[in-house]
Amino acid sequence: MSPRFIIRNYLRGLKFPFCPGCGNFTVVNSFLRAVYELGHYDLQGFVFCSGIGCAAWIPSPYFLADSIHTPHGRSIPVAIGVKLFRPELRVVVFGGDGDLAGIGLNHLLHAARRNVDINVIMVNNMVYGMTGGQVAPTTPFGTVTTTTPYRSFERPLDVTRLVATAGANYAAKWTTAHPKQFKESIKRALQTRGFSFVEIVSQCPTAFGRRAGFKTVAEMLQWFKQNAIPKEKAEKMSLEELEGKIIVGEFVFRTAPTLGDNLRQMLMEARKTCG
Amino acid sequence: MEGLLKPGIYFWQGNEACAYGAIAVGCRFFAGYPITPSSEIAEHLARLLPLVNGVFIQMEDELASLNAVIGASWAGAKAMTATSGPGFSLMQESIGYAFMTETPCVIANVQRAGPSTGQATKGAQGDVMQARWGTHGDYNAIVLSPNSVQEMFELTIRAFNLAEKYRTPVILLADEVVAHMREKISVPPINEVQVVNRKEPKKGDRAFFALEEVAPMPAVGEGFNVSVTGSTHDEYGVRFTANPEVHRRLIGNLMNKIESHKHEIVELETHNIDGCSTVIVCYGCTARTAYEAVEEAEKRGVKVGYVRLKTLWPFPTETIGELAQQAEKIVVPEMNLRQIFYEVQRAACGKAEVVALNKVGGGEMITPEEILRGVVP
Amino acid sequence: MDKRIEIIIAGLGGQGAVLAGQILGRAAVYDGKNVVQTQSYGAEARGSAAKSELIISDGKIAFPMVRKCDVLVVMSQPALDKYVNNLKEEGILLVDTLVGDIPETRAKVYKVPATEKAEKVLGNKLYANVIMLGALVKATGITSWKAMEKAIIDSVPEKARQANLEAFKEGTKNIVM
Repeated sequence: MSPRFIIRNYLRGLKFPFCPGCGNFTVVNSFLRAVYELGHYDLQGFVFCSGIGCAAWIPSPYFLADSIHTPHGRSIPVAIGVKLFRPELRVVVFGGDGDLAGIGLNHLLHAARRNVDINVIMVNNMVYGMTGGQVAPTTPFGTVTTTTPYRSFERPLDVTRLVATAGANYAAKWTTAHPKQFKESIKRALQTRGFSFVEIVSQCPTAFGRRAGFKTVAEMLQWFKQNAIPKEKAEKMSLEELEGKIIVGEFVFRTAPTLGDNLRQMLMEARKTCG
Repeated sequence: MEGLLKPGIYFWQGNEACAYGAIAVGCRFFAGYPITPSSEIAEHLARLLPLVNGVFIQMEDELASLNAVIGASWAGAKAMTATSGPGFSLMQESIGYAFMTETPCVIANVQRAGPSTGQATKGAQGDVMQARWGTHGDYNAIVLSPNSVQEMFELTIRAFNLAEKYRTPVILLADEVVAHMREKISVPPINEVQVVNRKEPKKGDRAFFALEEVAPMPAVGEGFNVSVTGSTHDEYGVRFTANPEVHRRLIGNLMNKIESHKHEIVELETHNIDGCSTVIVCYGCTARTAYEAVEEAEKRGVKVGYVRLKTLWPFPTETIGELAQQAEKIVVPEMNLRQIFYEVQRAACGKAEVVALNKVGGGEMITPEEILRGVVP
Repeated sequence: MDKRIEIIIAGLGGQGAVLAGQILGRAAVYDGKNVVQTQSYGAEARGSAAKSELIISDGKIAFPMVRKCDVLVVMSQPALDKYVNNLKEEGILLVDTLVGDIPETRAKVYKVPATEKAEKVLGNKLYANVIMLGALVKATGITSWKAMEKAIIDSVPEKARQANLEAFKEGTKNIVM
């Protein structure tokens, strides 16, 4: 019989620094439950890499595991370095939208292209939260932030769609109003060989919600629910109809050979030719 | 491994010697981005590393390259990257990160004429101060300066050994001349190559950072639950983003672990320095010019002293200070518009006249005649 | 042979001047000499000069650049025009017979039908550089034959070995004073 899920088995016992109502709590719970449901009763064999921002603080140093907290945007290259040298380790990246899709987007796309066997979880709060609520590449058009005081005037990026196109073996997107689906996607991601990406649109009541006109966390979650369109349904809708919507679901599931597979194949061939 | 690196005499390019030096000392991971005039280091390692169970990967840019190297180092690898000015500028972020997280790694910077794209194929010595001060905040750098193909091999080995011993990034600050020239080189038997490995933790160890002496370094995946962060942290890797004491202790110990071992790190080559009224202080390819000038001056009956900095940083302030006590004039030739010159001047404390001799552009080296004009009356 | 000898090998990009310099340097190392070889390519992609410089010495070689050379090997007219002034007065000039316009010089001049023989005997003008090396060894004794042959073997791809060794021999037989 498997032991009960006890969250503190996975944590160092330090207090998480997140604001009340932060979506990161949902992410922590869903992730660790997914890990538990896959039969991991601790985090041995996991290595967590994360960059800069609130989401990057999810594993570092709170998870009772190896964690590498990197410069802003650089978690993925560090993760690739770990994975290539120690392929047997399970390397998971946590980051926000600014970290992974702003300053680190280049690395994210190339990691997907390479299909490197790591899992990336992007907590998209649509804003630079830790630095005080500046506009992000994911901020919905027309939102008031501290650096768009009149309103934002750029279109947001649909990161999951981009990553799916770039070559990931698995890519899914949910919101914190879909904790169950999110957890299931994390399980699928962890079971995927190759690059997997799970995005969760999350509430930042402190740096986003207030200015964007949401009075409570519940209001934001309600907004997520109302605006979330399942991918299958979205495929039948026009671009105009999809304006401002959050398309959720599983975007891709492939079994293409991973970077590690291809690298090992090349090494075998090289050694054969060179004795 | 033995098959790859048989002892003997070879005719190698500097960058090739660097790659073989890395293999000899146990480098098993390289991540880099192509850039002239360093690319041959990557090309040789792309060929060699797969043959010794190592990993080579070309990344999307220099930021990714050094970060992959840092990741691999935490996975237990001896790891390096190679670049030149523009890429070295991009790497400054992660050099600071490697220093802060006490991650052993080697960065070979083959200098070319800058700033910006400058002259990609032409040698220069313009990154000397950047190598010391390029990243933000307070830190200490270890920077080595090879002046021959032989030293591209030997100082690459030394760079890894210093990186492992002091758990810090080490910069091999080469230049286009030394990196692209081909020269006779003698490769020792592999078992005679000195190899230093990072200190491993004992079971139950928890303090992996910011100790007074260099802390043991676990690899990830070994059950130590190590927490690595570029933010201010205590000895357990726990972040303290506001506590002044934790920051002072961390930075103090990181600075001191290099400063207090300066005597073991600094290496100089000297010739004729006792009793010479004129001394040349030089490094890298320009030191070859200086050496020829010193020999020529001797033929003309003038004894000129010669000090070559094999380590640029930490800087041998005390040695140069003592030199200034006995010499009247110190000449500092550099392929830049004065960099180490100011450091020599500072160390000389006005005791000797310090004269700069500079040349940049087109990869043209300072010639022995140009130095002779400055040192022979 | 002098204790120290400085050589420039120059031609158009693609004629193999740089590779010839590398082979020569390697051969001299096999003979137990100290060698420094540097090279430069013109910035222009087409018609630019490619140059290989070598210093071969029994003693230590400090300054690595060639200023006045003892031997100049040229394979194109622009290379000759550009570097002839770098040749010492009593130096040695080896020049491909293709190069028609040789200025008045006190240097000892050897003409080598390198490109011609490469095309006629070996079927490809790319072998001209190694033919020039053969002529150089014959004219100056700068390296031993054995070392040069070993250097050629170690420097070119396996499938091009035989042809290059033939090219070297061809060069030793075809010098016009």
